[in-house]
Amino acid sequence: MIITETFDELLSECNSNKLSIWQQAQAEEAFIQDISEKYLRDIVLRNINAMREAITNGLKSKEKSLSGLSGGDCYRLKTSYKKHPAILGEIFEKITMYALASAEENARMGKIVACPTAGSCGIVPAVLITMAEEYKISDEELINALLTAGKIGQIVSNKVRLAGAVAGCQAECGVASGMAAGLLTFLRHGNNKQIVNSAILAIKNILGLTCDPVCGLVEVPCVKRNPFLAIHAVTASELAFADIESKIPPDEVIDVLEKTGKLMSPVLKETSQGGLAKTKTGIELEKDLAEKL
Amino acid sequence: MPARKTLLDVISPVMVGPSSSHTAGAVRIGLMAREIFNAEIKKVHFRLYNSFATTGKGHGTHKALLAGIQGWNVDDIRIKNIFDYDLGLEYEFEYIEDTNKAPNAVRIIINDKMTIRAESVGSGEIAVTNINGFNVNITGHYNSLLLIYKDLPGVISKVTDLIQRRGVNIASLLCDRDIKGGNASMYIALDSEIEPELISKIKNIECIYFATGIRKLQS
Repeated sequence: MIITETFDELLSECNSNKLSIWQQAQAEEAFIQDISEKYLRDIVLRNINAMREAITNGLKSKEKSLSGLSGGDCYRLKTSYKKHPAILGEIFEKITMYALASAEENARMGKIVACPTAGSCGIVPAVLITMAEEYKISDEELINALLTAGKIGQIVSNKVRLAGAVAGCQAECGVASGMAAGLLTFLRHGNNKQIVNSAILAIKNILGLTCDPVCGLVEVPCVKRNPFLAIHAVTASELAFADIESKIPPDEVIDVLEKTGKLMSPVLKETSQGGLAKTKTGIELEKDLAEKL
Repeated sequence: MPARKTLLDVISPVMVGPSSSHTAGAVRIGLMAREIFNAEIKKVHFRLYNSFATTGKGHGTHKALLAGIQGWNVDDIRIKNIFDYDLGLEYEFEYIEDTNKAPNAVRIIINDKMTIRAESVGSGEIAVTNINGFNVNITGHYNSLLLIYKDLPGVISKVTDLIQRRGVNIASLLCDRDIKGGNASMYIALDSEIEPELISKIKNIECIYFATGIRKLQS
């Protein structure tokens, strides 16, 4: 069993064996975990259902987080769309609402799926579940889509740990956006090259994104960043679908992600010592919170 | 060597928010402490360090640690309101800044008997680093054995011989001691299930004071 570690290897292995990315990913993962492909698919489906549940709960709730820094925006957006439909249509509405729903649910200690992280938990589900509903996609095909996204994230994680403390938000919401772009292109029947290219276009265009959470909490700017980067994934998929390619090849882009993470000051990597966290308002919020909690 | 990420790692876990390191990681530390102690817990004291202390309340880290001690998993929606439940044990939290400690570190004292130090190292991954003064490195990825014994020549080979005879592969082994000839600890990560019979055979080796099996964490 060949375990592919780079996008080059993945594409050439799939190409030689006439496999979709999900087929290669499924065979590899079943082998690594020493479980049957059927059992693996059951776990993936369980996670998809947990994503659905998080969105459903998030859409219903107006509850604030423990800190009070977030919560209620998904409800605001939902109410607003009823009066002022989004100019980009219903799919745009759903993706932005669903991404906020999961991200707010996370901030209020609700149940979510870390994909790849808790702070970026709204992005992949928003694109996946919107597509499932709008195009009546079967669970089997959704499993294939999430396997595709998972393989993309896994390849990136071979190079750089997907954590804000290691490489900033580019490695959390940025990679989530790449995963979402890949699965979207897959669900639109894009080929393997287009799938990888869409992921890379999303990641390439978010390089350098810092992690500077106010009060050190996964809320500001994390919650609102989820709908932004979910839509970012759609742009990447549209471009890749037109065979617009990243001039810099996929594995080289991932190298840059890793190197940029290293170059980034620790002040901007989840320590909350700079950026938005240390603005005048950020510092005031921190003081208020220390008194409140 | 850091364990390689699998595809499932990237699209998991199903967990209660908001943070994989400060919430899910904290639950896993609690679960691991419960597993290591392996007896009824009546009293627990948590000392949270650094980022666990400063952002812990906003991330629910204290609730998450206690939930793990109760045996609740990372996706248990009761965690948010854990203080509303009658848990049947005494618990206390203390918050401290100490730059000598890791950013997300905790010290847990159970029943005034066992002291466990652990860290949440990111993405929900954890490491138990010390038990009652002995250095260990328990990540929860392996079924493992923890032994406390008198530091004498030949003990390690007696133990590994028993393991080898059962055809079990050792993934990693870490020994530590307080002083030559004093108390020593051995932590052995295994590539298979822990057989109770193996533990009882190890316990029979002269100069082994304590031996326990620690099951790996459910993902």
